[in-house]
Amino acid sequence: MAEALDYTDRPWLDPEAEPFIKVQSVSKHFGDFTAVDSVDLDIYKGELFCLLGGSGCGKSTLLRMLAGFETPSSGTILIDGQNMNDVPPYERPVNMMFQSYALFPHMTVWNNVAYGLRRDKVPKSEIQQRVDEMISMVELDQFAKRKPHQLSGGQKQRVALARALVKQPKVLLLDEPLGALDKRLREQTQYELMNIQEQLGVTFIVVTHDQEEAMTLSTRIAVMDTGRFQQIGTPTEIYEFPNSRVVANFIGNANMFEGRIIENGPDHVIVESNDPKCEFFVDHGMSIQEGTKVWVALRPEKVRISKESPANSSANTIRGMVHDIGYLGGTSTYRVQVDGDHMIEITSPNMMRPRDASPPIDWDEEVYLSWDASSSVVLTK
Amino acid sequence: MSTPAEEVVAIGEATLKDRILNRLTRLLQDQWKLLVLGIPYAWLLLFFLAPFFFVLKISLAETTIASPPYTPLVEWVDEGIMHVRVVIDNYAYLWEDDLYVNTYLNSLVISVTSTILCLLLGYPIAYAIVRSSHTVKHILLLLIILPFWTSFLLRVYAWMGLLADQGTINDLLIALGIIDEPIRMLYTTFAVYVGIVYTYVPFMILPLYANMEKLDWELLEAAADLGAKPMTTFFTITLPATSPGILAGSLLVFIPATGEYVIPDLLGGGNVLMIGRVLYNEFNANIDWPVASAVAIALLLLLVLPMMLYQHIQAKETENP
Ligand SMILES: Nc1ncnc2c1ncn2[C@@H]1O[C@H](COP(=O)(O)OP(=O)(O)OP(=O)(O)O)[C@@H](O)[C@H]1O
Ligand SMILES: [Mg+2]
Repeated sequence: MAEALDYTDRPWLDPEAEPFIKVQSVSKHFGDFTAVDSVDLDIYKGELFCLLGGSGCGKSTLLRMLAGFETPSSGTILIDGQNMNDVPPYERPVNMMFQSYALFPHMTVWNNVAYGLRRDKVPKSEIQQRVDEMISMVELDQFAKRKPHQLSGGQKQRVALARALVKQPKVLLLDEPLGALDKRLREQTQYELMNIQEQLGVTFIVVTHDQEEAMTLSTRIAVMDTGRFQQIGTPTEIYEFPNSRVVANFIGNANMFEGRIIENGPDHVIVESNDPKCEFFVDHGMSIQEGTKVWVALRPEKVRISKESPANSSANTIRGMVHDIGYLGGTSTYRVQVDGDHMIEITSPNMMRPRDASPPIDWDEEVYLSWDASSSVVLTK
Repeated sequence: MSTPAEEVVAIGEATLKDRILNRLTRLLQDQWKLLVLGIPYAWLLLFFLAPFFFVLKISLAETTIASPPYTPLVEWVDEGIMHVRVVIDNYAYLWEDDLYVNTYLNSLVISVTSTILCLLLGYPIAYAIVRSSHTVKHILLLLIILPFWTSFLLRVYAWMGLLADQGTINDLLIALGIIDEPIRMLYTTFAVYVGIVYTYVPFMILPLYANMEKLDWELLEAAADLGAKPMTTFFTITLPATSPGILAGSLLVFIPATGEYVIPDLLGGGNVLMIGRVLYNEFNANIDWPVASAVAIALLLLLVLPMMLYQHIQAKETENP
């Protein structure tokens, strides 16, 4: 008898859970250009959901449809069970932080933040208190009386964030919320966002370019490309089990090899790549025909580098020459030239402190690269 | 192959040439700056300030029957003694005579009302133009500017034809059986309003359009997102954000409308007193140049002082927010 599973942290796995936001085959066309292409998405209450993707892939458009600024060309959006198609932006239970901030230029910082509460006819004393609190949370106390044009980019961003947060909406849409902040403030605000999300149970949808930010913040990530979702999953799933080359390349770095399946066993497959010449032994079976063209993705940190040839040499090993070393303190990045001019990137932790300044592996040295049978990912698209 | 020595000479020459060129371009740039700044100033000096001082001078003289019909400001009595005569009677006269005071007030009432009417009419038009698609926008703008291609006078005459007792509008209304007798429209204040609003509404629309074109529409979305209904958004965001356009348009309508002569003369007949007509009468019918000049200067002060005050306040406000 299987014990009852606890889904509180992973509502998307719970077959019983009702999504808070349902996006059902939503498309958006601008003329004959398709910005969002028949997208389906379920987001659960209290999630911190990241939309990740390259520039122009339709992230903002999707967000703007959720906020109500664009009407979907087709499909429906449900928030809290209510069909949003005919609900104007000012009646939706969502607030948005704009990519361009959209601060009201003729109002002070304080009035910008208070604007939303005033529209809700919140009592004066409560407005005073909530706005003050929010402004000090984003560390803008000294700037409360300034106008937006007297602020730096990062300060403007914090005002925009405060203005969206102060209303404590059910859903908060954040378009590139932390892009202009410095590292310290960025980490602090990330932490604050996660705090707020936990305290208030607000559902966050965050758009970002920054995959590291997506990994730290989110419960789940959707990787978007040309108006479609390539993959939706937890940060770990997306990183360790990408389902396509686009995802593997977008999240983290990956060495990509093109090859063919030459052997398909019940518990393993072998992929042969021609350029560079190499064989990959992968320790899980796949329902795939022999001879099919596939790609193998290999994360840089999952490759070992050594001067001696590994014991069981034939598969999952390749010989090369160190072309480039980037010393990053905690880790080093090696670019190794193999079989002609193919480059493989490896990151390896600097565990030992070298006796002198010379690195254990030097430029132009001959090295062997090897990896475990479980390390490489076979991709079919 | 050049020897090292030759190379050095070559480099030396090059730098010298460069230096001369640099010097020249810099000189040219400086001159250029002077020229660019100088032209508008010279223009203002010649065509605005100089005539202004002439008029000011005449306003401080007395009429005589001579040519020109006013006394000189500065007289050279013999042996180089200079005799300056400044007469402020003309201004006192304006102030004491109810006719002038009433005319000024009436002009102001008419121009303020017309400005408000132009704003009420022009704002939605400008808004509609900005919000329309790219091709439609250009056509609409062209339509706004189109009337300027026919003479202003001709267009006012056309309005006379439309508004007259036996004019197009009355004929049409009678033919439709809506009225039995012609409504008196020409030579009334109403006709003057029609004329002024018709003539000046493009001057309201164009600056408003220019201002709204720069308006960040995302601000309106942000307001809606924060819970503002369209009306609230308009009054809290759109209106304040377009206030520079409103101000520019209003000044462009208000200032010329206050001094307007042709429209009250042709469409108002003798029934609508406006300062432009009074000025014209003093100058041409009464041949009283000094009083006419005083009327003009007083008008100028009436218009310029509030503007300067406004600018002063604005400047202060931007200095210490
Ligand atoms: N109003 C519009 N009219 C026409 N095309 C549009 C419009 N809005 C967006 N697009 C197009 O839709 C595509 C997606 O735009 P979107 O703003 O959603 O991109 P994004 O993923 O947010 O990119 P970024 O990360 O650069 O902000 C782009 O190619 C854009 O040019
Ligand atoms: Mg965007």
